[in-house]
Amino acid sequence: MNYLEQFRAAKINSKLLEKLQQEFTVVKGKIKIMEVCGTHTQAISKIGLRELLPSNVELLTGPGCPICVTPFSYIDTAISLAQQEGVMVATFADFLKVPGSNSTLELEQAQGPNVKTVYSPLDAVKIAENNPEQEVVFLAVGFETTAPVIALSILDAQKKNLTNYSLLQALKTMPPVMEELVLNQYLDIDGFLCPGHVASIIGVEPFQFLAKEYDLPAVVAGFEVGDILFALEQIMEMIVRQEAKVVNAYPRVVEQKGNPKALKIMEQVFTSTVSRWRGLGKITNSGLELRPEYQEFAAENKFDFASATGKVAKQSGCSCGEVLMGIKKPTDCELFGTKCTPSHPLGPCMVSQEGSCAAYLYKVSVKMKLYSKE
Amino acid sequence: MKTITLAHGNGGELMQELIKDIIYYYCGNDILLQQDDAAYLPEVEGELVTTTDSFVVDPIFFPGGDIGKLAVCGTVNDLAVNGAHPLYLTLGLILEEGLEIDKLKRIIKSVAETARKAGVKIAAGDTKVVPQGKGGGIYINTTGLGVVGPDINLQDAKIETGDKIIISGSIGDHGAAILASREEFEVSSALTSDCALLNNLTAQILSSSGGIKFLTDPTRGGLATALHEIAQQKQVTINLEEEILPIKKEVQGLGGILGIDPLYLASEGRVLCVAAAEEAEAVVNAMKDSPIGTGTAVIGEVTGDKSRVCLTTNLGGTRILRPLQKQLLPRLC
Repeated sequence: MNYLEQFRAAKINSKLLEKLQQEFTVVKGKIKIMEVCGTHTQAISKIGLRELLPSNVELLTGPGCPICVTPFSYIDTAISLAQQEGVMVATFADFLKVPGSNSTLELEQAQGPNVKTVYSPLDAVKIAENNPEQEVVFLAVGFETTAPVIALSILDAQKKNLTNYSLLQALKTMPPVMEELVLNQYLDIDGFLCPGHVASIIGVEPFQFLAKEYDLPAVVAGFEVGDILFALEQIMEMIVRQEAKVVNAYPRVVEQKGNPKALKIMEQVFTSTVSRWRGLGKITNSGLELRPEYQEFAAENKFDFASATGKVAKQSGCSCGEVLMGIKKPTDCELFGTKCTPSHPLGPCMVSQEGSCAAYLYKVSVKMKLYSKE
Repeated sequence: MKTITLAHGNGGELMQELIKDIIYYYCGNDILLQQDDAAYLPEVEGELVTTTDSFVVDPIFFPGGDIGKLAVCGTVNDLAVNGAHPLYLTLGLILEEGLEIDKLKRIIKSVAETARKAGVKIAAGDTKVVPQGKGGGIYINTTGLGVVGPDINLQDAKIETGDKIIISGSIGDHGAAILASREEFEVSSALTSDCALLNNLTAQILSSSGGIKFLTDPTRGGLATALHEIAQQKQVTINLEEEILPIKKEVQGLGGILGIDPLYLASEGRVLCVAAAEEAEAVVNAMKDSPIGTGTAVIGEVTGDKSRVCLTTNLGGTRILRPLQKQLLPRLC
């Protein structure tokens, strides 16, 4: 058995699950544990974990899917850019299907060559280099996990003296939104499953406030079945013992202080700023923007976006905002699985496979109905 | 001349040369060499079945095959899983200006070799050339014609609770091999496509047992989508056991890196079979006797009538397998 397979081994995991189930029964009353990473949401749904836990335990899904938390106006801006002559919008594939007010990037891509799917922002820089007559705008969305390579793309573009590469900025950071959720009066979170990928960049320290200031147990977890079970078990142990610590249960990837090289590049290119989250509104210091010396790479400075923002209405009945805060489950939304499906998503949580709603479809079988605009 | 030019598609001398020197040279047979606008086929006994498929795979050469082999296997296999004995193929080529003639030769040679192995004749063909930048090097369309014997009737078979789901080998190898060979991912791997002819295997399966209820090949959309189609069409619940699914470590690993579930990756040389429970062992043994069926495994069974596909995870949880929703990547076949 190789190293990684140990975390998937059915025998070990069954024992872990058994232990976890026993621990949960010791605790009376409802226990709410939130995972804030989309990959955790997806993994939990894929292994069918929710139904295996006792009924007093609720795993809440947080705002960890980059597609889901990006506001409507951003998508409309991206679409309006794609409709402009001389502009190429470069994006991760997940973003294509997200519905804007009147269109999606996927539809724009079908109608013309102005939308290009890339696997890395560095590919977008290459496109800019090979197409000097076009402005290549990369849709900079995501968390601390994608921020370093996006920062690297800026340094790369600068080194190549490119004047036709820019970012449409919506990068976000995790710890501030977690604090916002802790303070939310509708949620009563008992513990956090901390995002392993984000922690691989920023380390464990930025999550310490959860234990120190709010007495909440939190565990940095990996993404294999064994990782998730072990992390939940650690959280439960702390709840039972009424302890609050931040534990790194993903030491094979996460260093206490994170990845210094990635942090340095991020720090060099970006600075923190207020950011708008879908469903959560503006949160101070929860976003990243280009430092003044890199502002020449900000699409915001190259285009006039005033006309594209501020006049959008969300899809009537869509509960993505509440789902992102963990207040509603995807299945509580009236559109879930009927009018809103992965092939015809109405809200962003159904778009990405890490989206809460799309992940819930692993668990629930729904009758598909063809979506029509009427 | 070393490359394809627009003149190779204009019906003139260069095109005739191309057809003679490459197509007839490799694929020639009594029917193709009638050289008329349409080919006459001898009478056959039994019911005729036909199918058509177009191939746009990128890259055109990949570990374990090329677009030529794929174009023959894909269409022959569609006939085979319907219980048909494949007889003829047509070969439609859309070439992009600038394609190296040596590459075309390799591809047509591969078409001819695969057709010979399948026992089918190339009966008719067509060649067009599109300007550079308007095509992916080469696209191929093949239409197949086959005959079904009187003793085979898969259409009316009734799938029931307890029937077993059997697959002839590991899942998703073709899709994974194509992904790994795409330059944009910059990954290297030893993965090979499973692209293979299935007609001998299906003939063996059908002669080994009268308990075969359904045969298909899980190509685009992968195993999950193929099973979903069966579940919907036959209104049955299919339950798979994660623990016994044959997925190669390399495929699992690549899926992990790229965020793609192997259950949705295409196979191009696997038979998926629904068989009566009491016949399952005989079917599995017959499949294992075939050189391309050595990895045969029972992966699940029919458990009800809910028109859905479920997966019992290693941990004992249940996951619903929906048909493929998102675009994995275009041009896998």
